[in-house]
Amino acid sequence: MNARQGAFQGAFRGTFAVALLLVASVPLWVPGSYYISVASEVLIYAIFTLSVDLLIGYAGLVSLGHGGLFSLAAYTVAVCLGAGFGHFSAILLAIAITLAGTAVFAALSLRTTGVGFIMITLALGQIMWGLAYRWVGLTGGDNGISVASRPAPFGVTLATPAHFYDATLIVFALCLFAYWMFVNSAFGASLKGTRDQPRRMSALGYDVWLIRFCAFMFSGFLAAVAGILFAYRAEFISPPTAALTASAEPVLMAISGGSGTILGPVVGALLVEIVKNVASAYISRWNMMLGAIFVLIVMFMPEGLVPGTARLVRRLRARRSKAPAT
Amino acid sequence: MAPLRAITPGVSMWTILAINSVTFGGLLFLLSAGFSLIFGLMRVPNLTHGSMFMLGGYIGSTAIVTWHLPFWLAAALAAAAVAVFGGVVERLLLRRLAGSVLAQVLVTLGIAFMVSDFCLMVWGGDPISIDTPSALSGGTRTLGVYFPTYRIAIILIAVVIAALLWALLERTRLGAMIRAGVDDPEMARVVGIRVSRLFTVVFCLGAALAGFGGIMGAPILSVYPGLDFAMLPLALVVVILGGTGSLIGSLVGSIVIGFIYNFGLVLLPQLAYFILFLPMVVVLVLRPQGLFGRAAP
Repeated sequence: MNARQGAFQGAFRGTFAVALLLVASVPLWVPGSYYISVASEVLIYAIFTLSVDLLIGYAGLVSLGHGGLFSLAAYTVAVCLGAGFGHFSAILLAIAITLAGTAVFAALSLRTTGVGFIMITLALGQIMWGLAYRWVGLTGGDNGISVASRPAPFGVTLATPAHFYDATLIVFALCLFAYWMFVNSAFGASLKGTRDQPRRMSALGYDVWLIRFCAFMFSGFLAAVAGILFAYRAEFISPPTAALTASAEPVLMAISGGSGTILGPVVGALLVEIVKNVASAYISRWNMMLGAIFVLIVMFMPEGLVPGTARLVRRLRARRSKAPAT
Repeated sequence: MAPLRAITPGVSMWTILAINSVTFGGLLFLLSAGFSLIFGLMRVPNLTHGSMFMLGGYIGSTAIVTWHLPFWLAAALAAAAVAVFGGVVERLLLRRLAGSVLAQVLVTLGIAFMVSDFCLMVWGGDPISIDTPSALSGGTRTLGVYFPTYRIAIILIAVVIAALLWALLERTRLGAMIRAGVDDPEMARVVGIRVSRLFTVVFCLGAALAGFGGIMGAPILSVYPGLDFAMLPLALVVVILGGTGSLIGSLVGSIVIGFIYNFGLVLLPQLAYFILFLPMVVVLVLRPQGLFGRAAP
């Protein structure tokens, strides 16, 4: 059994290394700058999905308002750049403002859990959408705002899709590493404790509310990073970025990939983005597909594609190892 | 959504604004009463509720504009069609996910996206506005203030429906069974109430109310793509404010939100949606279960 497990782990590591190589060399083998840009979008959504799944998978809280935080960061960057700020201060300000917004979101929505949490985050997210849509003086309303230029860290311009992809990949790797540290830390364990046994955690002397609040803040930080990258990638931001669809997509990505795992959200983001881009090339009914995928996945593979497939593989493996004995 | 056309300054402006607010509150009540009932009984926030409102508006408008049906027949048809839609969703999808509230919420969200795209496909992107029914057009001038008949009618209809719902819940056998199901579904089952059938009944009723609200609102709000997700948060805020499962809570919450939204539209048009946030903040901080809600079990 051990040898088998070792082989399995080895195979897993091999696959992982190949995947890593493929991801790192995207600008070299992906045809055309459009697809490199799509690859950047996948990474940005992966960060965003990690942000949402920190709450779904590790805290047991489903947020349908993260589009509000994501777009808050994106809008802040666009507005600051429009007002003549430099890139560095615009990015810092976007993170600071989004964290402040996250604190408000968290303080209100953590008054409840479960369904109440979903309702409050949804209402808050829609209020951010209303702000983006109605506050024409600041946000440009329906017309949105364009972002004049991309930053050039250490003198490297990010204007080309390939360079932008590389920068996004570095940020993504840092986020993934921070995420991995976070969920595997003692704090991550206590967060899972509040998900499974909030009363016992409370009885043990943990401040359940504070643990959830801190997780929400980290989630807001990741959403801010994703939002900033989004604004720079598209070089444009408009109210649909804050719409309910934008909040629902990462939830779908997290659930389809397998929530509560580290790679699940990344795979989910990849899958949904591929479906979205392929679908939009043939039909203009993305919302219809999004809804249908949502319904199908929730009905038939509620644990997600990564754990679902893992379960299938395990079952097949068990059957195969049993076969000689019988 | 521009409830005010010509604003004459002074007292009459405030009166008109107040009438508009109560009217909008009436529409919100039609929307949120069903939402609150469904939530109270099934513990599922029905995220298709805004879509049902929009669907009612579209079906009713089509019946009036294309099929030339009289307004009230069209309204009844819209309510019935949306009720059937609600019944199908409940029977075919939500029923299979019984016991998993999260899955049910996500399914209602998925359906909401599908309905939204479906409506865009069928009715296109342009807003559809219909005339007020001819019997209720115009208005009366009393004490120097102009009272538009249709808006007053909406207020009266909302009050009548509130009274009927109250009577249904408090004075009939079905209402008693629904209350039993809300209070303790297991015990209700034990004493022989078919709670799952109640789910369908309540879901259809809530859907019908939302659809009816959609067509009643159509002459004022018009029907346009995005109406669903503009109304859904309003229903959520009303229910967060008034407390889930409480009829009086949705009535009071609807009127409060109607006032805040309409006054906001005129006084702070750019922030109208944002200030809806304020009553929610106050209630969540001081009374998380809502004004008329009971503390969560």
